[in-house]
Amino acid sequence: MLKTFSGGIHPPYNKELTKHKPVEKAKLPQKVIIPMSQHVGAPCEPVVKVGDYVKVGQKIGEAKAFVSAPIHASVSGKVVAVEPRPHASGAPVMSVVIESDGMDEVYEGVKPPKSLDELTPDEIKNLIRDAGIVGMGGAGFPTQVKLSPPPGKTIDTIIVNGAECEPYLTADHRLMVERPDDVVLGLRAIMKATGVKRAYIGIEDNKPDAIEAMKEAVKGFNGIEVVPLATKYPQGGEKQLIYAITGREVPSGGLPMDVHVIVDNAGTCAAIANVLKTGMPLIERITTVTGAGVKEPKNLLVRIGTPVEELIEQCGGFNGEPGKVIMGGPMMGISQAQLEVPVMKGTSGVLVLQKSEVKTNEPMPCIRCARCVDACPIRLLPTYLGKFAERGMWDEAERYHALDCIECGCCAYVCPANIPLTQLIRLAKNRILASKKK
Amino acid sequence: MGEYRFLISSSPHIHSGESVQRIMFSVAGALLLPTIAGVYFFGYRALILVVTTTLAAVLTEAIFQKLRGKPVTVWDGSAIVTGMLLALNLPPGLPLWMAVVGSVISIALGKMIYGGLGTNPFNPALVGRVFLTVTFPVQMTTWINPVDGTTGATPLALMKMQGIPTDYVRLFIGNVGGCIGETSAIAILLGGLYLIYRGYVDWRIPASYLGTVAVLSFILGGDPIFHLLAGGLMLGAFFMATDMVTTPVTKLGRIIFGIGAGIFVVLIRFYGGYPEGVSFSILLMNAFTPIINRLTVPRIYGEVKTR
Repeated sequence: MLKTFSGGIHPPYNKELTKHKPVEKAKLPQKVIIPMSQHVGAPCEPVVKVGDYVKVGQKIGEAKAFVSAPIHASVSGKVVAVEPRPHASGAPVMSVVIESDGMDEVYEGVKPPKSLDELTPDEIKNLIRDAGIVGMGGAGFPTQVKLSPPPGKTIDTIIVNGAECEPYLTADHRLMVERPDDVVLGLRAIMKATGVKRAYIGIEDNKPDAIEAMKEAVKGFNGIEVVPLATKYPQGGEKQLIYAITGREVPSGGLPMDVHVIVDNAGTCAAIANVLKTGMPLIERITTVTGAGVKEPKNLLVRIGTPVEELIEQCGGFNGEPGKVIMGGPMMGISQAQLEVPVMKGTSGVLVLQKSEVKTNEPMPCIRCARCVDACPIRLLPTYLGKFAERGMWDEAERYHALDCIECGCCAYVCPANIPLTQLIRLAKNRILASKKK
Repeated sequence: MGEYRFLISSSPHIHSGESVQRIMFSVAGALLLPTIAGVYFFGYRALILVVTTTLAAVLTEAIFQKLRGKPVTVWDGSAIVTGMLLALNLPPGLPLWMAVVGSVISIALGKMIYGGLGTNPFNPALVGRVFLTVTFPVQMTTWINPVDGTTGATPLALMKMQGIPTDYVRLFIGNVGGCIGETSAIAILLGGLYLIYRGYVDWRIPASYLGTVAVLSFILGGDPIFHLLAGGLMLGAFFMATDMVTTPVTKLGRIIFGIGAGIFVVLIRFYGGYPEGVSFSILLMNAFTPIINRLTVPRIYGEVKTR
């Protein structure tokens, strides 16, 4: 029996579009738009101004708060604007716009550090912080913060999230196949930084080549185990992954560290490895550009700040009439209004759905079939929460644990009545949190 | 890259394609099996009854919605299911006008007055059936023997009143007196298994319902196999106790529902005045559904007991 969790769904994965395609270096963008907020926590403050000349890897956004991560230039060239620009989240965000000079000149301060064996745990954490590394699975939590649990919290297990359960996305898959040693190097750095001796790399069993490659790469390193997982969405949800691998449940309202676990994405590990090997901060990532709406789906190695439009062009442009452009995957990604929005540290995919695939069906009455109840990986009763939200019964929604919803989308996906359950619960969460702030 | 307009909506952006309509028509399709068995054993009269109640149910719903100025949604298939189920629960010789009354009551009093699809607490077909049972007691208990078309008693009544058993093979095939759709266990089983396979019926309800009846009737000195095969238990367990709208949404709740309904069936069959208790058992448990739901809210992932 493969390890897994209760609930969940089996959507069409559509990974065939890109899973066998090696990562291609994207063309150097002519212009990058780098948002000062790409992570959970305080936004960065721009430390460059219009007219400045910057080089690749140079810091352009300073992180003042503890929960934050600095931001670096991903191309060399001239700063042409420091102003709010469209952002994947929907609202404009302060961004630094750099016009590339095409030289791709590396900043002088970018130098390889000492080898991992020589680095102390604190030095590793500082390297990770200074390189602006954040969780690359989408949420974008600053990695160094995770690695520095408050006093009293002990960590005994590191989990590398290589599940990649979102349909369509293959960025982590290709990374693990092509650069498994980098994932292991990054993981070893995390283990050293936290003093943890035990680590697991969880991968869904629909990626046998990645499992093989990772198993090969961990040979000779004690305490690291590759764990094949059942292919089921949301296997890569942090809570689901922790339960599947360790049998522990993160307490309601708590964090993984409450059950002595740190979870990091495979991409994050590779980014750490890159810092250790070259000293280059996080300025590029693998992004899967896919969907029936693009002519030639690809896995691209993309500079942070590249407008989505350029990526779609490099994939042969739109195929047919596009109906929806999504940053991330189809289950949890965010639909976009403009193609100017840039790739960020957490952008694992750009999905273009054709117009014919985008359906808006009128909701029907709930027939209490309980498909949502069976699908919910948190074991909530989405049908109840949806009704409470429709009627504005926020207290009831809270009593039925609306705040524990991870917004994975399973309930809305399975609902035969087309009730937007996830969206209604999201609304309830917002209202409940807003009333708490008062 | 031309000017395109993109749809903006909150995730998830894909859907399973499952629909209420597909569920209802699958149930109706599965109901064709006991319907065919009923027509085979009881002749064209059975077919006319099924068609009549189904049409009457659909028409009642349409008229009700028109009168109230609401969109007519009979194509969701739910009224078809109710109409078919009602007929399958009627004696084959019932006068047609009584069957129509049953359909009207099922839809109007059983479903529409609560607000239509998804809102009714009781199984609409059973509301209609029980109405007919108490209003037309004679016609509702006049049974036809499949072999010769003469009237006679059902296996349950024979057992209860005269202690005469009926052999298992006849019960399994359906070659006995009874309601149109309840006599053929094999046809019901096939339809029910199909719905379980499609995921439209949760096996927990038939399993706990039938299991409870078998165990209790055995304890009380009855013949468990006879009690499983006779009367409307099979039809009830696979097609009526599993109605999504009127049964619990939690897995544990569905097991409790089945056990409760099983207890009621045995109580009525062994100690009650009626030979059969399936309809009442399901309606009684329908009444318990809201509280079962409330008492079986699952422990959520990572739930912390503080309050």
